[in-house]
Amino acid sequence: MSKGATRKGLPALLAGAAVMAASVASAGTVAPDSVPIVDMELPQSLTGVAGDPVAGRETFADRKKGNCLACHANADLNDQLFHGEVGPVLDGAADRWEEAQLRAIIVNSKDVFGEQTIMPGFYTMKVGINVAEDHAGKTILSAQEVEDIVAYLMTLKED
Amino acid sequence: MAKTESKLATLLAVAVVSASTAALAGGPADDKLVIDDEIEIKTRVAAPEGHPLDELISGWHYRTDETRALEADSFQNPGMLYVERGEEIWNTVDGAAGKSCASCHEDSESFLKGLGASYPKWDADAERPINIELQINKCREENMEAKPYKFDAADQKALTTYIKHQSLGMPVEVDLTQGDMESWWDKGEELYYTRTGQLNLSCATCHEDYNGNYIRADHLSQGNVNGFPTYRLKQSAMVSLHNRFRGCIRDTRAAFPPAFSDDLMALEVYVTWRGSGLGVETPAVRQ
Ligand code: HEC
Ligand code: HEC
Repeated sequence: MSKGATRKGLPALLAGAAVMAASVASAGTVAPDSVPIVDMELPQSLTGVAGDPVAGRETFADRKKGNCLACHANADLNDQLFHGEVGPVLDGAADRWEEAQLRAIIVNSKDVFGEQTIMPGFYTMKVGINVAEDHAGKTILSAQEVEDIVAYLMTLKED
Repeated sequence: MAKTESKLATLLAVAVVSASTAALAGGPADDKLVIDDEIEIKTRVAAPEGHPLDELISGWHYRTDETRALEADSFQNPGMLYVERGEEIWNTVDGAAGKSCASCHEDSESFLKGLGASYPKWDADAERPINIELQINKCREENMEAKPYKFDAADQKALTTYIKHQSLGMPVEVDLTQGDMESWWDKGEELYYTRTGQLNLSCATCHEDYNGNYIRADHLSQGNVNGFPTYRLKQSAMVSLHNRFRGCIRDTRAAFPPAFSDDLMALEVYVTWRGSGLGVETPAVRQ
């Protein structure tokens, strides 16, 4: 119940975060890069609010948000056209990775796969030069969107 | 450390398996580009020394059967309309001096043959490399006393397309021995490998590391420039090279430099070199 109430408050919080740059931490939200990824793991939730796998599925597919299908095929989203083949197929991702590892991969893939990876870091300020004005000072996803995607990835099981 | 390595090994194993089961067929199409059953274009050549790739492959190989067929038939290629328009402009008097391009370059056919394949080249007056668009503007200002074209003006694209088309099938070759071309090449190389924008990608991330793979609906090529200006079906228009560069930079969520700026000219020098020996395809057809 209390979780539901918190989630209701989120749209306002997210809108605020989008305007003010996502790096401004709201109460209970971990600011980008303030918690280090150690040994390819980030056990701590970024918000303390459990991720919503249904919202995560949408953010995953949304071209303006995760746009994860740009690079990854995922059978669960076969209703969507054009799955990329740059990254591994994500079917069974939860069988291969722990939640803390998936969070680390989404937050800053470079800390897991190395500096050369093509996969963007979705909740980090360690990005490329000359960031366009609309995106400057912001992370690609908000902290809660990361938690939602992690919750969604945890549903991708084959075993 | 050991832990990290073993996790990575698993990851790589997964990547290999998934690549082989990917539904989409990656890689360049095994095909030959022969325009109007007459002119064979070199679309695959061995890389020059010191090149990071082994083989240089035209973007044509990464397009669909239909798009490849459009380019192979000059009656169907929508870019040929721009070639015709460009020829008109070549012969039309403009500016206070009362001259056309053809008034100075009388034997147009032999003058233009191969010319487009040799740009960008060193310009001693400007002390920087220039491309065809800038050469056109130079002639307009200095010899025709006409206004330079604005970037991507319809006439600029048509005339550039016409000039490049006169080198159809001839190998792209930049002369790096002139002036300071080498330092511009160095600068271009640096930019090619610099990650930009919120998505943190460089040209090399997409076109060197992942060419042959689909990124969403787009089949990544090596990003060669031998077909520019190209006719893009998505936009139903000719697209200039600097417009394409800017689009790719914008896609990394970075601010893009102005057309003909030092950064984009350096990139043009370097990226043109990366496609050395590929035949000119202008007007290429792309999605
Ligand atoms: C531009 C390409 C790209 C985008 C966009 C991208 N990824 Fe990745 N991802 C990769 C690549 C490539 C790898 C494999 C590691 C490597 O080679 O660097 C990978 C690896 C992964 C892995 C581990 C793969 C496995 O199953 O073992 C997960 C999980 C993952 N990505 C999730 C995501 C999610 C979720 C998103 C969107 C929020 C996303 N990726 C967006 C390219 C991308
Ligand atoms: C996010 C991935 C990505 C990045 C980064 C990127 N490009 Fe591209 N580029 C593409 C896609 C997709 C296309 C269209 C398909 C193709 O030809 O590869 C393209 C097309 C091109 C083309 C046209 C190729 C042809 O045959 O018509 C050129 C030239 C090019 N890119 C150069 C560059 C340069 C230079 C950079 C860096 C400044 C760059 N690209 C960065 C994705 C990218």
